[in-house]
Amino acid sequence: MMSVPTTFRVIDLRVSIGVDAIIRGISMDFFANTVTSIMGPSGCGKTTFIRCMNRLHELVPSIQVSGDIVLFNQNIFSVNPMLIRRQVGMVFQRPNPFPTMSIFENVVAGYRLNGIRLAKSESSQIVETSLLKAGLWHEVKDSLHRKGAFLSGGQQQRLCIARALAMDPSVLLLDEPTSALDPKSTSHIEDLIAELKESVSIIMVTHNIGQASRVSDYTAFFLAGELVEYGTTQKLFTVPDDPRTEEYLSRKFG
Amino acid sequence: MHSSLGTDAKLSRRVLQDRLFKLILVGVALGVVLLLTTIIGFVIQQGISVINWSFFTHLPQPPGASHSGILNAILGTLMLTVLASLISIPVGIWCGVAMAEHPLHPLVKWAQVSVDGIQSIPSILFGIMAYLWVVVPMGQFSAVSGAVALSMIMLPIVIRAVEEAVRRVPTTMREASLALGVSPFRTTIKVVIPCALNGILTGSLLGVSRISGETAPLLFTAFGSPFLVISIFQPVQSMPILIYNYATSPYADWQQIGWGASLVLILFCFVLSVGTRWVFKR
Repeated sequence: MMSVPTTFRVIDLRVSIGVDAIIRGISMDFFANTVTSIMGPSGCGKTTFIRCMNRLHELVPSIQVSGDIVLFNQNIFSVNPMLIRRQVGMVFQRPNPFPTMSIFENVVAGYRLNGIRLAKSESSQIVETSLLKAGLWHEVKDSLHRKGAFLSGGQQQRLCIARALAMDPSVLLLDEPTSALDPKSTSHIEDLIAELKESVSIIMVTHNIGQASRVSDYTAFFLAGELVEYGTTQKLFTVPDDPRTEEYLSRKFG
Repeated sequence: MHSSLGTDAKLSRRVLQDRLFKLILVGVALGVVLLLTTIIGFVIQQGISVINWSFFTHLPQPPGASHSGILNAILGTLMLTVLASLISIPVGIWCGVAMAEHPLHPLVKWAQVSVDGIQSIPSILFGIMAYLWVVVPMGQFSAVSGAVALSMIMLPIVIRAVEEAVRRVPTTMREASLALGVSPFRTTIKVVIPCALNGILTGSLLGVSRISGETAPLLFTAFGSPFLVISIFQPVQSMPILIYNYATSPYADWQQIGWGASLVLILFCFVLSVGTRWVFKR
């Protein structure tokens, strides 16, 4: 387990909003070219946790964070969050393509919005590669310059994945990426996640136990802001160390 | 069965109440429609006879003369509206966006109260303030002073509309942009404002249609003029002032021109406000 290089290293992370403690001291390492699932019942702090990893939690006023998050030996709290976010992509619960932009513009939005100029051939290349990786190219290659609104929910979510991949991130954060999608789109995206780990490390929050067992190499189980158990998916799902994990897996509380 | 559902008498009373309520509803709705159609119909009936091509291309003539027109008032109102828009649309957009994007900033509460406060001030007071701030220092009435007065009326309308429109942009749009490493400022400019553009334009045009019919603030500022004025530092005629002057004149043909000008103004405002709503509804 330790032979694989790490991406994120979280050290005693504590998060609170006002007097409510959301995360109560979590330390864990994430590994390169793997899919790691974070699962747990609603309100266990998993979404807050993943949002700390690209510092998007800072949008919440009065949120307080202590502890450290290190990405490739760089403490993310000691640099500008914009630099971290260009290196760490994120996909959200609900598909959120930019409605004012075409499919093409959505994919290269990370460059355009950041004011990074690309040659025409370069951006076409990035669009094609990213959409291919996201498994959307063949469905949209003839309508790249149309607005993305006509796409189905699942296609929109894959467009968002393509938009994140276009920035060539080293880590991709997925915050319940299929919770707003139908079963067919969900399985499409699950297949995609398994393929993507070749090129990018994936950290995925899910409340779907089946999803965690299907797609991830490592699984972490969160409960009430604490890390109960973390290990290979196979071990955690077959012989969990902690009785609470076993209880969650069998009775599916939460 | 009746015992559990109430008696027949109770039921028929409720049916009666229901009918009565619907009747009142229809009556009130009809009343509003009737009011609008009566006003527009009356203005059309009174004003349509003077409207022809020369009405738009000629200057006002002495009573009794033919080919009298309202060109100076149309151009004056255009000039005032454009100048006022140049002041209040940029300031209003900036202010509204800032208020919507930083809802927790302590100044925002004060700004909101101030915007409501400005909206509740009678419009003639803006004329007086513009008179003191612009006319007195400049030593004469002018289009600029009128535009300053009008822009104060327009500003809160634009700010409110922009603030609303920007607030309606889902947080997920901002998150999507920020998560790509885009700065908050560029997120606002490149993502949030384009998403809110319809609302921003609608608000601006509603502001324009509101001020194009204002009379009171122009009395001490743009003042009015019988001539074709192209300098913004001269007194300038406007549609509402022309209507006021001509409608109160003793000459029947001038009164007719007043009606014609009313019709033009009403159509302008109507097209502007209904048109913008219709266009931006998609």
